[in-house]
Amino acid sequence: MSGPIRQVTEAAQAFTFSRRAFALSAGQIGVGALLAGRMAWLSVAENERYKLLSESNRVNLTLIPPRRGWIVDRAGHAIANNRTDFRIDLIPERVEDAARVLADLARLLKLDPSEVERITKELERARGLQPVPVAENLDWDRYAAVVVRQPELPGVAPTQGYARNYPAGAAVAHLVGYVGTPSAEQYKESKDPLYLAPGFKLGKDGLEKALEPKLRGTPGARRVEVTARGRPVRDLDTRRDVPGQTVKLTIDAGLQEYAARRLGNESGSAVVIDARTGGILAMASMPAYDPNSFSDGISRLEWGMLSEDDHLPLTNKVLQGLYPPGSTFKPATAIAALRAGIDPERTVYCNGGYQLGNRFFRCLGRHGSVNLHRAIAKSCNTYFYTMGRDVGMDGVAAAARQLGLGAEYPLPFPSQRYGTIPDPAWKLRKYKESWRPADTLNASIGQGYILASPLQLAVQASRIASGRELMPRILADAPIVGPMLDVPQERMAMIRSGMDEVVNGAGTAVRSRLQLDGIRMGGKTGTAQVRRIAGGARGGLNVPWKYRDHGLFIGFAPVENPLYAVAVVIEHGMSGSGAAAPVARDLLTYLFDRPKAMETLEAFEKQWGGDLNARMAAKAEAYRLVRQAPIPIATPSPHPEATPPAAGGRE
Amino acid sequence: MRLGELIPAPIAQLPWHILFLILAIGGFGTVVLFSAAGGSFTPWAWSQGIRLLVFLGLAVVLSWVPMRFWEKLALPGYGITLAALVAVELLGAVKGGSQRWLDLGFIRLQPSEFMKLFMVLAAARFYAMLPGAEVRRFGGIWPAVGLIAMPAALVMLQPDLGTALMITGGGIVIMFLAGVPLRLFIGGALGLALFVPIAVNYILHDYQRNRVLIFMNPEADPLGTGYHISQSKIAIGSGGLFGKGFLQGTQSHLDYLPEGHTDFVFATMAEEWGLAGGVLLILAFMLLIRWGMNVAARSPARFGRLAAAGLATTIFFYVAINLLMVMGFAPVVGIPLPLVSFGGSAQMTVLICVGVLMSIDRASRPKPGFRRLI
Repeated sequence: MSGPIRQVTEAAQAFTFSRRAFALSAGQIGVGALLAGRMAWLSVAENERYKLLSESNRVNLTLIPPRRGWIVDRAGHAIANNRTDFRIDLIPERVEDAARVLADLARLLKLDPSEVERITKELERARGLQPVPVAENLDWDRYAAVVVRQPELPGVAPTQGYARNYPAGAAVAHLVGYVGTPSAEQYKESKDPLYLAPGFKLGKDGLEKALEPKLRGTPGARRVEVTARGRPVRDLDTRRDVPGQTVKLTIDAGLQEYAARRLGNESGSAVVIDARTGGILAMASMPAYDPNSFSDGISRLEWGMLSEDDHLPLTNKVLQGLYPPGSTFKPATAIAALRAGIDPERTVYCNGGYQLGNRFFRCLGRHGSVNLHRAIAKSCNTYFYTMGRDVGMDGVAAAARQLGLGAEYPLPFPSQRYGTIPDPAWKLRKYKESWRPADTLNASIGQGYILASPLQLAVQASRIASGRELMPRILADAPIVGPMLDVPQERMAMIRSGMDEVVNGAGTAVRSRLQLDGIRMGGKTGTAQVRRIAGGARGGLNVPWKYRDHGLFIGFAPVENPLYAVAVVIEHGMSGSGAAAPVARDLLTYLFDRPKAMETLEAFEKQWGGDLNARMAAKAEAYRLVRQAPIPIATPSPHPEATPPAAGGRE
Repeated sequence: MRLGELIPAPIAQLPWHILFLILAIGGFGTVVLFSAAGGSFTPWAWSQGIRLLVFLGLAVVLSWVPMRFWEKLALPGYGITLAALVAVELLGAVKGGSQRWLDLGFIRLQPSEFMKLFMVLAAARFYAMLPGAEVRRFGGIWPAVGLIAMPAALVMLQPDLGTALMITGGGIVIMFLAGVPLRLFIGGALGLALFVPIAVNYILHDYQRNRVLIFMNPEADPLGTGYHISQSKIAIGSGGLFGKGFLQGTQSHLDYLPEGHTDFVFATMAEEWGLAGGVLLILAFMLLIRWGMNVAARSPARFGRLAAAGLATTIFFYVAINLLMVMGFAPVVGIPLPLVSFGGSAQMTVLICVGVLMSIDRASRPKPGFRRLI
């Protein structure tokens, strides 16, 4: 290579280099400027936004569920209150190793396998921040055991809060309902973040549900600095919750509990109404569930037991149970007759029944000549058949409606069934059939199409007792509504005196007269057929329980100046006088002479095998044993290999 | 010159301003790591500080190595490192899993780190040997392309997208400075524009593709891979002008910022020191790179010029890729911020680069004795 050429090339190369190095440097400085500019953009121009994001990272706002308002009885005794509760929840989004965390929790909290199974299932279905309850109502030791290990258990949220408490347990189940964790659907509907707060419960049934807005209160909030994994570092500030309002009921807590206990092992309901104000003093439906354990979330086993029970512990029979009122309807037919201007002294001759065309409608006996008073006392069908026919179905239905049957009342319950008070128009609408005179006869004695709930029967009793169109009330601050019935007071008194005779004279419920000095109960028994049995035979002890007749009773006391009205329905109790009237007697006795009533009850409970809680526990234990017992193995089927080969030589 | 008389010449001759600059950057990095550990020298700040001094000493030692040595070592060193990359790949295949390092018993070596250095030296050596007229011909291009492609492909197999990009970038910068025709670079850039979408879809690993796609739209996946970028931007953005104050960063201390002591250390710094700290740090790095480019400009030898500019650009790549990444301008590719991020590999590579740069710088200066005579 010759020198000069190389010289030129090298100079050219050096020139190229310095030119391109300059470009490179310029590029580097450009990138540097871009970086500084980008940083200035982020930290100055967008500073506000990122500061906010950083704060919302750092600060975790935890809602503190408000303490639920109490539900108290007329005297201020708690029907539903709150107790301190230690609980553990899992926040699905923050759980890292669900299996390990669950195993640790099961060990620390001594969870039984069915609980672990439930949590696993709920955890699989749950998403995001909706907490999955692990355990509630923990004792301090087990709670503390989890709290100290919280850093190793991501997603585990221990909280110390309040839980709903129903001191009377199952006795108030159907009255107040229960509370529970909001469902995913409820959250989606409301979008209220409170619904996600661990420990927050809302009313799921009964008054708890209907009075939810009043009882809920306003949540508090706690601002906590948390790490990315959700571990709290320090508290920043806290706003107290505002507890929900206390709701006062017209209920007498003592009577309510007494009624529930007195119903014993029967499937029945009892309602007591203050005959001066319409205030409901007790409304019990038994058997019932324990709202305390319902509010904690019940196990599948418990649910299975309740839903399989033929005594329907999950149904509020006071509002949801509909029964043919049977003879308890007769006072309504009597009032219809009085309203139609029929003379109460008019007599009807009972020769054992009523002939309608070629059908003979039976009475329970041959009562001879009966007037209104005697007809009620003897429960004479013939008399009421006659009255029904004379007044006509429209008149009977109008009287029944005025007594509160077939109506829905302005009460804060999620649902009431209003039953049926039939009339010709109704039948045409429903069955496209015209009303027949036989229908009137059946309706006049409370059979046929007529259906009423125990609450309606109690309202009927309260209206007969007071002579007023009393509206039932459950909230202590609800207005008292009670215009006079359009039947003169002295004629109402005739009906009451007929009912007095039922209990205290030669009537059907003489065994249930009050054992009190100077206080008499008036009433009317009823026995309603569950199914029509050929030949008019009654469903007594000789038929299976579910085909036996219902026993009903309506009553009031004292007869001269009624203070209280009562209705009792015992499903399949066979007769009103045998099953329902004694319960009504004891309920009224409780109101006048508490020790005496308690004595009666304690004697009964000794027979039944313990008080309500003891019997419910025994029942649950028995159910658990049956369900968990290994299913007896039927004759084992032989394995194919074990079968001896078929002997050869067969054709 | 009193100082020259008191201090031995070899010491006085050191480029002290650069050593101080590096100490300043590394020292600030140590302070940031101290904060990232929640105000503790362990586990990061202490060992990082010690390593900084050790590697800085190594750089000073390397600065006394004559430049000719580097020139001679360039191709053999490249060959050995390439062999080591193959060995890593084979080892990974035998063990059934990818790995990036060779375990020599006393130390774990990442050949890909050394390749960043030797890529530059080998390419510089190649163009220094090549007759000037050949540079613009095919014979001056394909060997360089081969030199780049082999290690880049091996590192991609590891898979380490960030390092592969840096190796490729280092080689291409040398080609550019050596005078390879511009139209090739323009054509290459166009080709890349076509190739990238294909690469994203077919060549990258799932997690790499994810990172690239998330980078395009980080908000689409705030809790997954986009989380890194979002949280990093929150940390930088919430710092404001002067930051939340030393030890006051919430994003880093409450663990919202992932990798706050390694790849995202700049975000940790920016949260506490704000725009002021960030601009100072960027400025310090630009000064270091500027110095490297000046060393290149001063060097009379072609190898020295190309190598110095390439090494300076390697440092630039580290800083630029990392900062673009933490500020949401580049996908998360796992390139640390040298001298600041916790970890020895990048620290060592950069300080070796500085050592070689100092050695090139020394070669371009007049002999000390001669200078004193003047």
